Amino acid sequence: MNFDYTEEQNALRDTLTRFIAKDYPFEARRALAKTAEGFSRDHWSQFAELGLLALPFPDACEGLNGNAVDNLVVMEAFGRGLVLEPYFATVILAGHLLRDFASDEQKRALLPKIGSGERMLALGHYEADARYELARIATTVTPQGSGFRLSGQKAVVLSGGCADQFLISARSAGGSSDAQGLSLFLVDRHTPGLKLSSYSTQDGGRAAELVLDQVEVGAQSLVGSLGEALPAIERALDYGIAALCAESVGIMGALNEATLEYLKTRKQFGQAIGRFQVLQHRLVDMFIATEQARSMALLAAVKADALDPAERRRTLSAAKAYVGQQARLVGQQAVQLHGGMGVVDELNVAHYFKRLTTINLTLGDIDHHLGVYSDSLLAA
Amino acid sequence: MDLEFSPQEQQFRAELRAFLVAKLPADISRKVKEGKRLAKDDFVRWQKILHAQGWGAPSWPERFGGTGWSAVEQHIFDEESAAAGAPLQLPFGLKMVAPVIMAFGDAAQQAQFLPRIVDGSDWWCQGYSEPGSGSDLASLKTRAERRGEHYVVNGQKTWTTLAQHADWIFCLVRTASEGRPQEGISFLLIDMKSPGVTVRPIIMNDGEHEINEVWFDEVNVPVGNRVGEENRGWTYAKFLLGHERTGIAGVGRSKAALKHLKEIARRETCRGRPLIEDLRFRDRIAQVELELMALEITNLRVLSSEKEKKAPGPEASILKIKGSEIQQTIAELQMSALGHYALPWQPEALDAHWDGESIGPDYAAPLTGHYFNYRKTTIYGGSNEIQKNIIAQMVLGL
Repeated sequence: MNFDYTEEQNALRDTLTRFIAKDYPFEARRALAKTAEGFSRDHWSQFAELGLLALPFPDACEGLNGNAVDNLVVMEAFGRGLVLEPYFATVILAGHLLRDFASDEQKRALLPKIGSGERMLALGHYEADARYELARIATTVTPQGSGFRLSGQKAVVLSGGCADQFLISARSAGGSSDAQGLSLFLVDRHTPGLKLSSYSTQDGGRAAELVLDQVEVGAQSLVGSLGEALPAIERALDYGIAALCAESVGIMGALNEATLEYLKTRKQFGQAIGRFQVLQHRLVDMFIATEQARSMALLAAVKADALDPAERRRTLSAAKAYVGQQARLVGQQAVQLHGGMGVVDELNVAHYFKRLTTINLTLGDIDHHLGVYSDSLLAA
Repeated sequence: MDLEFSPQEQQFRAELRAFLVAKLPADISRKVKEGKRLAKDDFVRWQKILHAQGWGAPSWPERFGGTGWSAVEQHIFDEESAAAGAPLQLPFGLKMVAPVIMAFGDAAQQAQFLPRIVDGSDWWCQGYSEPGSGSDLASLKTRAERRGEHYVVNGQKTWTTLAQHADWIFCLVRTASEGRPQEGISFLLIDMKSPGVTVRPIIMNDGEHEINEVWFDEVNVPVGNRVGEENRGWTYAKFLLGHERTGIAGVGRSKAALKHLKEIARRETCRGRPLIEDLRFRDRIAQVELELMALEITNLRVLSSEKEKKAPGPEASILKIKGSEIQQTIAELQMSALGHYALPWQPEALDAHWDGESIGPDYAAPLTGHYFNYRKTTIYGGSNEIQKNIIAQMVLGL
């Protein structure tokens, strides 16, 4: 057991810290969020040059063989910068899913293109009526010639608007919530029958609604084995959960620093408000919550790579619920301690708070994951 | 970053387990697991067994007769000891006065006191709090007046845990009244058999005798029993409080308590089903388990970083705050799980030799008292509010 980052991880963190400080100041980010695409292709090229877009991929696919702790280093820094580029959708969700589930041929064709920044992907899995239940998929797939035909709808596909290709889950067999019978397809953005409407999200990001109306795809677009996609999707989403936990911790650290600074400079009743014990203790609560969340985010990263799916699942749900609770506390109290300044658009505090809030509603909320963990106690 | 135990650490755990199975007396572990009263001899017997194995002082460096274990190894030891039902090694000698003697005592003091702590010969208690000095500890009034080669001590200490068994007490006493209150305090080691020392019991909210008042009336203490310099005791006291906090997270004990809670929740029934199937109750168990999972990692992170710095930092206050909150929550859930049978007060059932009939389930008797008693955890060792002051000042710089 050891808690040290490797030299490479420390170097990566330093690089990203400099990048965020220099190229990602809050005002520039705020302007970027309001552009049509909502992020910068230049930044994306920089990520490619830094190797970030190839981080988790194997050498054979021109990757860096990174693990989930490397992801944590990246996502924590991205949290501090409130990075808008579609790293989470392309590299974390779609990237891990392809890495762990696609054929060697598909990986060789796709992963280098993701790594070089040429291609962006998004995962279309969740559906409107399913809430956070992973197996409840109504999108259907039927054989069509040598290929397949897909019909259905996908809800709030993160970074869907910029995606060149989608990974779409569909039911090839079984009833509405069966674990068996889910399959995964790679679908080009311009495939006839695929309708996409992109919109802004509350945190300045982008998402899309997808409608698949008898979309025909070739046999080679099937990713992995027919009917067996759920465990792979679950695993990729667990990488996603670990990444979101790390991003949350990055944001919480930044909020605590901002709040501490505010408490030291803001004066009322003739003194810095940080002199008031009630506010001191509140900030201490935020500090403790952040350290505890950091511990859980580390656990999440390490267990995201774990081989035993049951252990991985319950730990990742534990982390998502717990980090979510701490993030909610830190976000809400950072706003409270900033007073009126906490609720205005021009200060980063509001933006950090909004991002923490949307993270808590992404890939399952606190109640969902606490429920998963709680139910696992019956089996234990 | 590696949160898995290494093969050597797993081997270490296996070795501890085998030792605990072979050497932990069954009568003692039964008392611990069933929440019965422990006698002085139970603690001492176990300390002597650990000492015979060379494990009497898990947190000490080897040169003082300790194990020299890493933070992770100490954590494994705590976890396995708690799971096996070993009595807690009381912190007053091992984790409180000993680090002060090691850091600030002279060679004679080290030779006189440390071996007798590790082999279980001496039982120590802590003389810090006074009736008028709780959180504001530096306001303490117990006086030590220098007369030749002795100090003459007069005053009163309170909340003194297990002083009724103690051979020695380490005390903060006032040796000067000029300047800031912190500047006139000295650190004395006082023999409890000295003429003029009186111990009076304080009965706690569970009806038990755990804490005491200790009175000093013209007590003669050799100057050689002062640790470090005169009037520098406050520095040593703060050093000690840092050490105390590291042990106070109690992760291993809380894990064992949580396991016991789940066993109870499987045996109690609710609407004709095991209580653990009740969603509302189960979620409360799940919630505290998440807190404990996070604390386990935080604890190891803090202790591992302290290993490099060689001294506990103010971050250790996090461990005290979260550790005590978790202990209280588990105690409350254990009590709540009992339903009606949380009510009967049956103190005789806490006696290991009692052979009467339990009112309600056999595990019920100690739990409600334990809940009442455990309200102490957020108060002692520097109340959680004081811990927050420490973090605010020392970590955040407010």
